[in-house]
Amino acid sequence: MGAKQKRLSEWLQQTVFVGPGLAFFLLIVVAPFVMGFYYSFTEWDGLDLDKAKWTGFANVRRIFMEDDRFWSAFRFTAKFTVVSVLITNALAFALALLLNRAIKTRKALRTIFFLPNIIGGLLLGYIWYFIFVRGFSTIGEKTGIGLFDLTWLGTPNTAFWGIVIVFVWQTAGYMMIIYIAALVGVPKELSEAAKIDGASRLQMLRGITIPLIMPAITICLFLTTSNAFRMFDLNLSLTAGGPGYATESIALNIYRESLTNNRYGLGTAKAMIFFFGVAAITVTQVLLTKRREVEE
Amino acid sequence: MRRERSYSFGLLTSEALGIALAVIFLVPFYFLLVNSFKTLKEILLDAAKLPEQFGLDNFRRAWNAIDFPVVFMHSFTITVLSVAGLVIISSMAAYRFVRRPTLFNRMLFSAFIAAMIIPFQSVMLPLMRITSLFELRGHLYGIVVCYFGFGISLSMFLYHGFIKSVPREVEEAAVVDGCSPYGVFWRIVFPLLKPITATVIILNVLWIWNDYLLPVLVVNNTYTTIPIAIQKFFGQYTRKWDLAMAALTLSALPIIVFFFSLQKYIVEGITSGSVKG
Repeated sequence: MGAKQKRLSEWLQQTVFVGPGLAFFLLIVVAPFVMGFYYSFTEWDGLDLDKAKWTGFANVRRIFMEDDRFWSAFRFTAKFTVVSVLITNALAFALALLLNRAIKTRKALRTIFFLPNIIGGLLLGYIWYFIFVRGFSTIGEKTGIGLFDLTWLGTPNTAFWGIVIVFVWQTAGYMMIIYIAALVGVPKELSEAAKIDGASRLQMLRGITIPLIMPAITICLFLTTSNAFRMFDLNLSLTAGGPGYATESIALNIYRESLTNNRYGLGTAKAMIFFFGVAAITVTQVLLTKRREVEE
Repeated sequence: MRRERSYSFGLLTSEALGIALAVIFLVPFYFLLVNSFKTLKEILLDAAKLPEQFGLDNFRRAWNAIDFPVVFMHSFTITVLSVAGLVIISSMAAYRFVRRPTLFNRMLFSAFIAAMIIPFQSVMLPLMRITSLFELRGHLYGIVVCYFGFGISLSMFLYHGFIKSVPREVEEAAVVDGCSPYGVFWRIVFPLLKPITATVIILNVLWIWNDYLLPVLVVNNTYTTIPIAIQKFFGQYTRKWDLAMAALTLSALPIIVFFFSLQKYIVEGITSGSVKG
């Protein structure tokens, strides 16, 4: 085979192997993302997608100066992310520790804790909508526990916790699986040696287990943070942002600005701000936890 | 001796705690299931008790109300085609990236990975423009192409990590025997990728089957999927709990069956899918 022929064959292979994937990626992800920067500076409505009028910084100004609802969505999403990430990971880790012991029902329990995760957020939201509206009041009547008699989805504060509950219930099982896999990898000799030295459970957890499973913690924090910050389906079906706009997430706010109000330009500008928010949070978080991995 | 006893007591406590937590986790499914069989009056009277009779009337009406066979087939077709295509294009690209790590390919790979940070909302509106420009909107192939684009980053990333551990020697032997580069990949390498292919299939099925927003934007009225049908249903009848619960049970059933038939692979798949990250 000549050198020229070989180059041709290499070129053909590159095209056949990488070409299709690259083409779809460019068309569906890269092109819209790049176009988004342009559309952020235009007045563009959903009725005529071909016409976008350049308006400079009008959208950005409007978002920063006049759009309280967007910033309230931003605050809600930030608060929701912090709270649900902490609770989800604490619960998932506790469940993993529990199932890492030699209990008989561990396989069945693992399946049950994971089960909510396979059903999509939209369906789960509606299932829980029923539970908050009808199920809880029935439990309240029967047990007399006042907590169940609240109008859960009716006040901003309880609606917030309602979403947190469903999110934790849905996500904890998935993170638990990752934590279990990491715990299995912790060598038994280490904890046995520590036990002989008289270390307490808590000391062993802090001194041995947690440092050794830091990579799993990084992954779980990353996954839960990005899921919580982008939450959409669950928000739409469970509270639809209500009562009022009290539980409207950023993703839902963008969706409504564009598809309900038909302001695509403004929606795109918000979506780009959203992107920078997501990118900043993800990068900071990965850097922070990665650094701890190296230190310990 | 005493140590042994206190240890097994500790285990028993853990066991009891685990079971108690599992019961709490299952409560929502209990509510869903029992209320699917009840009449509306029974539900309003007492949502927690068992139904008086297990008739299938609610299911029959829900089946028709959301046009279940049709929306099921739509969800099924979209999921199968998208996942099959993703397996093919992402494994091929990952293979090339591992075996020919030129500067261009390494940069390309980083670009694919970096794109995972982009939230869907940040591309969805310009994507509407693209899908109408390229006549993807409203067509089955249109939504499938969209899933190729959004799914390739993660799938390729998983394949990339796995292919790195596949020894080159087998391939070299095949080349000596006169196998073409494409034959080497499909006949020798691809069969070796089975474990990670299972992971890629599972993660993508769970995502695409449950996805709501992308189908709404691309094939809302032509290829109504199960989540879209449920969303429309709740927009129409808010308080018809009997019908709603049966519709939700019906809609959750296929993915639950999928989960229980592939449970072992799913747990392994998630573990390997995340540890590679």
